Order: sequence, then structure tokens, then C-alpha cells
Amino acid sequence: MAKRFITLLLIALLAYMFLPFIVEVDETSQLNRVAEKYVTAGPLELGAANLVTAVIVTYRGLDTLGEIVVLFIAAVGIGFLLRKPSKKKIAAPKRSSSEILRTGSDFLIPLLILFGVYIFTHGHLTPGGGFQGGVVLTSAALLFMLSNTEARFNKQLTEVIESVSGIFYLIIGILGLILAGGFLDSRFLQLGEMGRLFSAGAIPIIYSIIGIKVGMELIGILEKLRKEEI
Amino acid sequence: MSLIIIIFLGIIMIAAAVLALYLKNLVAAIISAGVISLLASVLYLFLAAPDVAMTEAAIGSGLTTIVFLLAFNKIRSDRED
Repeated sequence: MAKRFITLLLIALLAYMFLPFIVEVDETSQLNRVAEKYVTAGPLELGAANLVTAVIVTYRGLDTLGEIVVLFIAAVGIGFLLRKPSKKKIAAPKRSSSEILRTGSDFLIPLLILFGVYIFTHGHLTPGGGFQGGVVLTSAALLFMLSNTEARFNKQLTEVIESVSGIFYLIIGILGLILAGGFLDSRFLQLGEMGRLFSAGAIPIIYSIIGIKVGMELIGILEKLRKEEI
Repeated sequence: MSLIIIIFLGIIMIAAAVLALYLKNLVAAIISAGVISLLASVLYLFLAAPDVAMTEAAIGSGLTTIVFLLAFNKIRSDRED
């Protein structure tokens, strides 16, 4: 009884804490100072049509590097936890996937890969970017795993591609430090004409690298989780 | 009009969250948790944040659900030994 009372009390306190968000909220009609700086200076300085990408990749590039590191540590942690192979026992012969799934995924996988690549190469023009494109690539790989239950992804290959793209990301960051304003500054390449694919300096390159890295990392996680499953 | 849709989505999200807690079937609970993310991504789209909406739809409702299902499958097959 006391336990339930405490729970209800905590919920009430939480509701009271969030009350100002409902009661006192008023729609802001103008941007705050930081946002205004980004909106006015962003297109001129970086030439990216999608301002969100400009903020994520360049202005807050160090945060993005941090996110990449977090994802990497998560993948390493999963690999560490699952390092012990489960007991050697002869797995029951796997049921092969159905005809419908196989035909459907044969049709969908190329489209998904194309869409993922489109998302991360056009990150500076349209919504989306490296993380989203990487996850779409992973979903194509997942569909492949579901439709071909026997096939395995080459672990070494995914790890090597992931490491190499991580190294390239850092090299580009250091190039920005040497050739332009600071670490991960994307302006060491020509800004070009706004709205074109090859524009906005190094942003498309950085986001493509992030997309490949995220995709390979998540494929590695899925492969580790799938391995030895019965 | 959009306010009504936002409130409606919020109510369904709360219902899905409660379902995820109380459902006895764990696979159904995982799917229900994925539905929350899917509706959240629609909500972000209504609030004019397409970038966040894409992330939420791809990672929150797609990948997280799959990882949960795979982990659940692993736990179940380990327990059967």
C-alpha cells in the first residue's frame, strides 16, 4: 500500500514538474541569438541548403564526433558481452525463408541501398544525413539477413571499412584545422553554388563517411546479435 | 486541426506506452514500444522537424525494435539450454 502511495506521489510530483511546459509556454515569434546567428551566417559561410546539416556537421561537429564515438563504444560493448560463444550444440536446421520474402527482398534491397546512399550524399540539400542513411543501409542488410538465413556478412570487411571511414573522418577534421578555421571546419573545399550536389565544402564528404561508418557499425551489431542464434 | 492530430497522437502514444508495460506477451510489448517511436516521428513531422523525424523513424522504431527482438530471441534460446 505504502509502495503504491509513493509511486502515485512521485507521478504527481513529476506532473507538477512538467506543468510549466503546458501552462507557461508561449510561442516564440523570433529566434534566439544563437539560432539567429546560425540562420543569417550559416548559408553565407557554409553554403548548405539544409541548415540543420550545417549545424550538425560543422558548427557542432565535435558533438557529432562524440556521437560517433558513443555508437562505436556501444558496438564494442555488444561485441564484448557476446564474445563467449553459446554452448556448441548442433543447431536445428534453419527453416529457409519463404518465397514471398525472398522475392520481395530481392526487389527491395537495391532500392533501399540506393535510398540510403541518396540520404547521406544529399544530407546538405534535403532532410536526413549520415545517421539516417546509415540506418537505411542497415535495414537493407537486415532484409538480406532475413531472406538468406545461411549467408553471413564478412566481419573483417565491415570492421575494416568502418575503421577506415572513422580514420578518414578524423583526417578531414584535421585538414579543416590546418586549411580552414578549425577542427572539422568544412570550408577547406570550395563552397560552390548553393543547392548543387557538389557544394557546401566538405559537408557531403563528411556525411558520406559518417553514413558508411554508421551503416557498417550497425551491420556488425546485428551480425553479432544474430550469430549463434538457433 | 493540427493541434487535434497532435493531441490524438499523444494519447495513442501514452496508450502504447502503458500497453508495453502491461502486455504479457513480450514480443507484442516490444512492437508496442516501437509504435511509440513511429508515432513520435509523425509528431516531429507535424512540428516541422523532418531531420529528427527521419532519425526517430529509422533508429527509434526500426533498428531499436529489431535489436530488442534479436536480444529477446537470444535470451530465450539461452534459457532453453
